[in-house]
Amino acid sequence: MSKQEQHWEKTRNLLFITLAIWFVFSIGIFLFGAEMQESNIRPFGYPLTYWFTCQGSLAIFVILIFWFAGRQEKIDDEFGFSEREGDK
Amino acid sequence: MIKGKFIDNLPKVYGIYTGGFLVFIILMAIAEQAGMSAKLIGIFFVAFTVLIYALIGWLSRTLQVDAYYVAGRQVPTVFNGMATAADWMSGASFVAMAGGIYFKGYGYMALLVGWTGGYVLVASLLAPYLRKFGCYTVPDFIGTRYGGNLARFSAVIVLTVASFTYVTAQINATGTIASVALDIPFGIAVYVGLASILMCSMLGGMRAVTWTQVAQYIVLIIAYLLPVFWISSKLGAGFFPHFMLADEVARIAELEGQFGFVKNSAADLATVPKGLAGITKAHSSVNATPWAFISLAVCMMAGTASLPHVMMRYFTTPSVRTARRSVGWSLFFIFLLYSSAPMLATLSKLSLIDPTLPTGIIGKTIAEVQAIDWYQNWNQANLMFISDFNGNGTLELNEFFMGGKAVVLATPEIAGLPYVISGLVAAGGMAAAMSTADGLVLAISNALSHDIYYKIINPKAETAKRLIVARVLLVLIGFAGATIAALEIQGILGSVIWAFDFAMSGLFFPLVLGVWWKRANAPGAVAGMLLGLISGTAYLIWVRSGGSGFLGITQLTFGIVGAAVSLVSMIVVSLITAAPDAATQKMVDDVRVPSGKTVLAQK
Repeated sequence: MSKQEQHWEKTRNLLFITLAIWFVFSIGIFLFGAEMQESNIRPFGYPLTYWFTCQGSLAIFVILIFWFAGRQEKIDDEFGFSEREGDK
Repeated sequence: MIKGKFIDNLPKVYGIYTGGFLVFIILMAIAEQAGMSAKLIGIFFVAFTVLIYALIGWLSRTLQVDAYYVAGRQVPTVFNGMATAADWMSGASFVAMAGGIYFKGYGYMALLVGWTGGYVLVASLLAPYLRKFGCYTVPDFIGTRYGGNLARFSAVIVLTVASFTYVTAQINATGTIASVALDIPFGIAVYVGLASILMCSMLGGMRAVTWTQVAQYIVLIIAYLLPVFWISSKLGAGFFPHFMLADEVARIAELEGQFGFVKNSAADLATVPKGLAGITKAHSSVNATPWAFISLAVCMMAGTASLPHVMMRYFTTPSVRTARRSVGWSLFFIFLLYSSAPMLATLSKLSLIDPTLPTGIIGKTIAEVQAIDWYQNWNQANLMFISDFNGNGTLELNEFFMGGKAVVLATPEIAGLPYVISGLVAAGGMAAAMSTADGLVLAISNALSHDIYYKIINPKAETAKRLIVARVLLVLIGFAGATIAALEIQGILGSVIWAFDFAMSGLFFPLVLGVWWKRANAPGAVAGMLLGLISGTAYLIWVRSGGSGFLGITQLTFGIVGAAVSLVSMIVVSLITAAPDAATQKMVDDVRVPSGKTVLAQK
């Protein structure tokens, strides 16, 4: 496998992990909205589903994107595909 | 070079700007104490901020193609994040969102989740790859990746349909705010709004829009957060509302149980002015089916990843790496406002319905409420209405009606904040609507000038001529949008959601598969774009004209139909026609590697 194929395979795996986390907090948990609302887990005292729609999912997306960007940069560095000065 | 210096000095420049704006607010507050009229304060706020944007627009004028289309590709990560957040958060986010949450509760929160979750798709599937591609516009990517004018042209069609639906709503919003703040008729205010929008974008294109959008973000976020924190402290709900409103949310649920949701008769409802609504849904309980929630969220997420005015912001960063990080910053700046909207809705509702609070009106006598100053003001503005349906002389929950905009616009006044805050909120709403309108008008006119005029009609056009064409188109599109906005045929929020569905129907899969599926070819992409857009539109028309729809897909989620058709037709047509040539496959390989020159620069 060429260097570029390996790089792409790692990139694709990272995409799948990212999209799996994204799926859980944008779609997955809302399949159980009514059940979660009754849960005893109450972040800052808010009902659980309500909290996810107000803050929880939103904040997780922000963190997820920064985490994803960091991981992708590591992959690019590993294969020497990071941009250097003068790349335009 | 002055420009290089400007980029290095950005934190300082915008730091001074923010400080200056805060001083302006304090000066206005002092002027209010000294007896300046509410009307004059409103005029000062809107006029002052709009003039600043126009000044930035004029200072950023340019005669270079690179600066006009992609701001010279040197916008730093964090500032591009702010500009994108302003580009993204429209008049609907600023003025209408808290109201939607106030009235519809959980079912509406799908929009919050969708409008933020979409950025994960932008960051992981598209933005860095399109940045590597080095294109000026979204159709530029489609046209070069798939090859052929038909693909490019189809992309321009989808872009124009989606963005134009969106922009009329934004020009409408600038007109609404300008007409209230400056006290001029709506028909004229729309063109005042348009003139302000064009001043920001015409001379400097993307470069001017970038720097005005950063300035607009600063105004709109101060204008949104300051009242939320202030009201929360004033009500004694806590100095940091986001973490401290659990008791208030529980109290609203308790009051809802106590009052009950009494259903009004159709005859009674007919007396309520158009556009106003009562509280008929529980504030925090799960009141929508999983499918209703998820389908709306999915449409908003896929739409986010397909809307060209957002995508093109990531063409302006210096590198692929910064494009990726910039998406994170964009979402962070959006999060600041979106996570505050439910808090504002909670504070607004509690202060109105809790009889134990001095501002609470439920349980008071009708005559008492009618005598309140702010009630009279907002009743006159057609945003509040009470009526004694059961004739018992006291106001019940089901007898109180309000417009969605009132949650953002009226709550400061209800909570007893000084008028200077209302002026600030008007300036914030204006900033939100203007910044989005600018991004959209520029996206459409850039696609027409670059992709239709330069790439298809006259590839030999000189730089000067291309930029003149771009500016003429910008003005024409602005006027077309304002003319339609002046007709007031559609509500702001409904047309914004439609824009997402249109974009998702036609562009989502052609964009994503262009990067992630090498086998995708031009006939497949054209089929995906056109059949997707046509089937989505057909479904919308069918449901609008009384059709029953299927699978619970409504006129707000028709993008699901469009995108499904788009995906299937794109795959089928791609597979039954020839694979893309070696040069195209090589191009896709190059897009996937961050280092090296942009794909277009290699050609």
